[in-house]
Amino acid sequence: MGGTGSMRRGAALVPVMLLVGACSGVQSPLAPAGEQAADQLWLFQLMLWVCGILYLLVVGFLGLALVRVFRNTSRLAEPELAPADRTLDRSLLVWASIIIAGLTLLAGASFVVDRALAAAQAREALRVRVTAHQWWWRIAYRDPASGRWVETANELHLPAGRTARIELASADVIHSFWVPNVAGKMDVIPGRANAIDVTPHRLGWFRGQCAEFCGVQHAKMAFDVKVDTPAEFAAWLATQARSAAAPADPVAARGFQIVTQGQCAMCHVVRGTAAAGRPGPDLTHIASRRSIAAGILSMNRGNLQGWIAQPQALKPGTMMPAVTLEPGDADAVAHYLEQLK
Amino acid sequence: MSAGADGVELRRAELAEAWRDPPGLWGFLVTVDHKRLAARYIVTTMFLLFLAGLLAMDMRIQLSAPGLHRMGPQLYNESFSLHGSTMLFLVSVPVMEAMALWLVPLMLGQRNMAFPRLAAFSYWLYLGGALMLWVPHALDITPDLGWFEYPPLSGPGYAPGHRVDIWAQMITFTEVAALAASVNIIATILKLRPPGMTLARMPLFLWAMLIASLMTIFALPAIMLTTSMLIADRLVATHFFSPSGGGDVLLFQHLYWFFGHPEVYIIFIPAVGFVSSIVETFSRRPIFGYPAMVLSVLAIGVLAFGLWVHHMFAVGLPRLGNDFYTAASMTIALPAGVQIFCWIATIFSGRPRMATPLLWVVGFLVTFVIGGMSGIMTASAPLDLQLTDTYFVVAHFHYVLVGGAIFPLLGAFCYWYPKATGRLMSERLGVLAFALIVGGFNIGFFPMHVLGLWGMPRRVYTYPAEMGWGPLNMLATIGSTIAVIGGLVFVANALWSYWRGERAGADPWGGHTLEWLCPSPPPSYNFDSTPTVRSITPLWEPELLAYDGIATTKRELLVTSVMEAEPIYRQNSVGPSIWPLVAAVAVSILFVGSIFTPWALVWGALPIAITLSLWFWPTRERAKTGPLRKR
Repeated sequence: MGGTGSMRRGAALVPVMLLVGACSGVQSPLAPAGEQAADQLWLFQLMLWVCGILYLLVVGFLGLALVRVFRNTSRLAEPELAPADRTLDRSLLVWASIIIAGLTLLAGASFVVDRALAAAQAREALRVRVTAHQWWWRIAYRDPASGRWVETANELHLPAGRTARIELASADVIHSFWVPNVAGKMDVIPGRANAIDVTPHRLGWFRGQCAEFCGVQHAKMAFDVKVDTPAEFAAWLATQARSAAAPADPVAARGFQIVTQGQCAMCHVVRGTAAAGRPGPDLTHIASRRSIAAGILSMNRGNLQGWIAQPQALKPGTMMPAVTLEPGDADAVAHYLEQLK
Repeated sequence: MSAGADGVELRRAELAEAWRDPPGLWGFLVTVDHKRLAARYIVTTMFLLFLAGLLAMDMRIQLSAPGLHRMGPQLYNESFSLHGSTMLFLVSVPVMEAMALWLVPLMLGQRNMAFPRLAAFSYWLYLGGALMLWVPHALDITPDLGWFEYPPLSGPGYAPGHRVDIWAQMITFTEVAALAASVNIIATILKLRPPGMTLARMPLFLWAMLIASLMTIFALPAIMLTTSMLIADRLVATHFFSPSGGGDVLLFQHLYWFFGHPEVYIIFIPAVGFVSSIVETFSRRPIFGYPAMVLSVLAIGVLAFGLWVHHMFAVGLPRLGNDFYTAASMTIALPAGVQIFCWIATIFSGRPRMATPLLWVVGFLVTFVIGGMSGIMTASAPLDLQLTDTYFVVAHFHYVLVGGAIFPLLGAFCYWYPKATGRLMSERLGVLAFALIVGGFNIGFFPMHVLGLWGMPRRVYTYPAEMGWGPLNMLATIGSTIAVIGGLVFVANALWSYWRGERAGADPWGGHTLEWLCPSPPPSYNFDSTPTVRSITPLWEPELLAYDGIATTKRELLVTSVMEAEPIYRQNSVGPSIWPLVAAVAVSILFVGSIFTPWALVWGALPIAITLSLWFWPTRERAKTGPLRKR
């Protein structure tokens, strides 16, 4: 966005800096890590200035009027039936002109930013497919080596400096895809092919969350976002494209057997094994992810065991059923999953 | 009126006899007195406001710290659904109609509404709507998908049971009631104005109610249509909103917001009327810029229908179209800004005097304008992609609806309370309630703007501690608690003043509109005689003439012309009747039945036809002469 780049520097950051305050900043439009979010923040700052000045004008005028209210001590003054309003008439015109000027500026700026958001569409982009489910995210990339789609879940990786076109589909109801640090939101609507173009430029971990009410666990439908260097991204994708690692020890082998031949395989895929169920998230490289259960628990052995045994306690309403396993088996399953890097 | 004191007494006795209600419970059920109906309408809305406030407190406590388990997701979802549906459909819109039902005939110097029985029907059906939502809540069949229940989540596939049907049919109840009230208000304002009150001499409150009622008639059919389509999808397997059957889920959103956006202004515009009345009276001058005010209200009324898409910027509609709606939405700031200027200018150039009603106007201006500013931000299509469905929007619409409608409503309550009860509210308690409510509201809701900008989405029952949203949520809960305490002080003041307040007299504030002419509280017939009007401020004129010739021994109203308010004819006004209540019950049976079986529409229509026939059964004798007799 060449035109507004200089303006972006022009708008002082002071009020926004105050706003950032105590927030963690991993899910905030105030800490942009993408071109689109930066443009939107610029627009927000402009609005804050213009609206702030207009608000001060209103409150100032009201203050002047109130001074008269509190000076007046008579209980019931005679009403004034035909007050002379010539100065006020002129002031009304001035006030209306100020409003019109302010609105024209803001509508114009809004249009310019909207064009800038649309401009990303024209660029050659990395395609990413995101399918929203109640209450998790299926994410798929095209593997440049094989040309096949490679699936993962609840963790979106994006290379910095390159525009990604995120193609949104819903498996059930309306959701909304939102990574505020990178760009605004886009609803995921059954029966519609929506897409959002994002251009991240700051490396790091961020967080996205469903922004359209989608049922009982709308609150726990988050995902992690990692902005990588292009080389890191390529390496990560190559790892994700591989089939699952074979179990490395006898305990893991027991876990492997339970996962691929038991209840888990009904809903989960572990690529390269017999587990090929589609309803739930792909587990092929689950241990490479930062969190489980759609961004609500950090990835570790204890949480894996807890999630398998008591999903309804951690996320009431989730489609994941409680799986009853012998203590030794539960340990083996968690041990095996932990190896799926 | 040439007769002396005895003549006046006789006249009042005759009028009281003609406009009398039967005593006791039967009188309560059959009355068509607009003041009694409005009073129960207002009390019902205030009770529901209290319940919705309790729900809000419940949710605020749940959110005051991260990861609380006080409420599970299901209970939380039910709470915000019930809170939103109650506030939008059962409180904000009906309370404005109720205020109009009480005020419009008084401001017109009339004895009743144009269609008294329709007013009664409107109340009973509204009550049915309130029961439709809250009785199932007591039975644990609470709607749980928000105050707009988007399909397919609300469709047959994802919402089995009757929670959605109850929500959808509650809307039908309240909207039929609102349409009945609106038709009545429009007919009353246009045809029952006192002689001389031309359109250009109407108080701004009447302009506001006229325009809000017209908007209601244009906006509400869209919501009744869309919820009926949803019920059809659920009950008889139509496919309006199912993509797999060739339907479109966005159709629901378009129709919903075609109603939903004007609805916000249907709530706000009556508040414009309240504020104008209060500002004029306490500034001791007619409103500055009357034509500009009327045109602004009219402009908002028209523009409101051209910007519903700003609720849908994130659904992926064509960008250029979104930009059009951005411009249209921002345009609203112009008429709203003009109104704000006119109010402040009126205070500035008058001989103002402070009292609680004017204090509420100050609270309204300071708060509502913030909501207007955040409205400009959310109106911008590219920026809204970051703001929509976050706590920023929660803050925005509470600033607009509480600041823009509830604060003026509370001011109006203080302002007209002496007229309704004959006693003044305590100023000291009034100021305390004002400070707690306005202060607490701003402490509670301003931080929500920031929470939205820190990424907190709306409609989440909990959030992780790492997000850093805890402290501001705690502040929001503290502020809301302060506001609720203020609300209790307000109610206590209203109750205490009812029995112990200072006697008010007919016109305690020195107002200029006609309602201050009749005694406080007004008798059943309102006015001894119909006043005539020669300016925009009739009670500030040196003398006021009465228009004579309206019957005192039977219920009669004076009908005047639409533009110039010239007397045209006298009209009989109907008396008490049980049929509006019975008709409302019959309609309720059809509405409730139709969420279970489509045949309810067929068999339920029969009792309605019977009750309506009895309602409209002619009571006059047939003409003794005329063509019919000449066989």
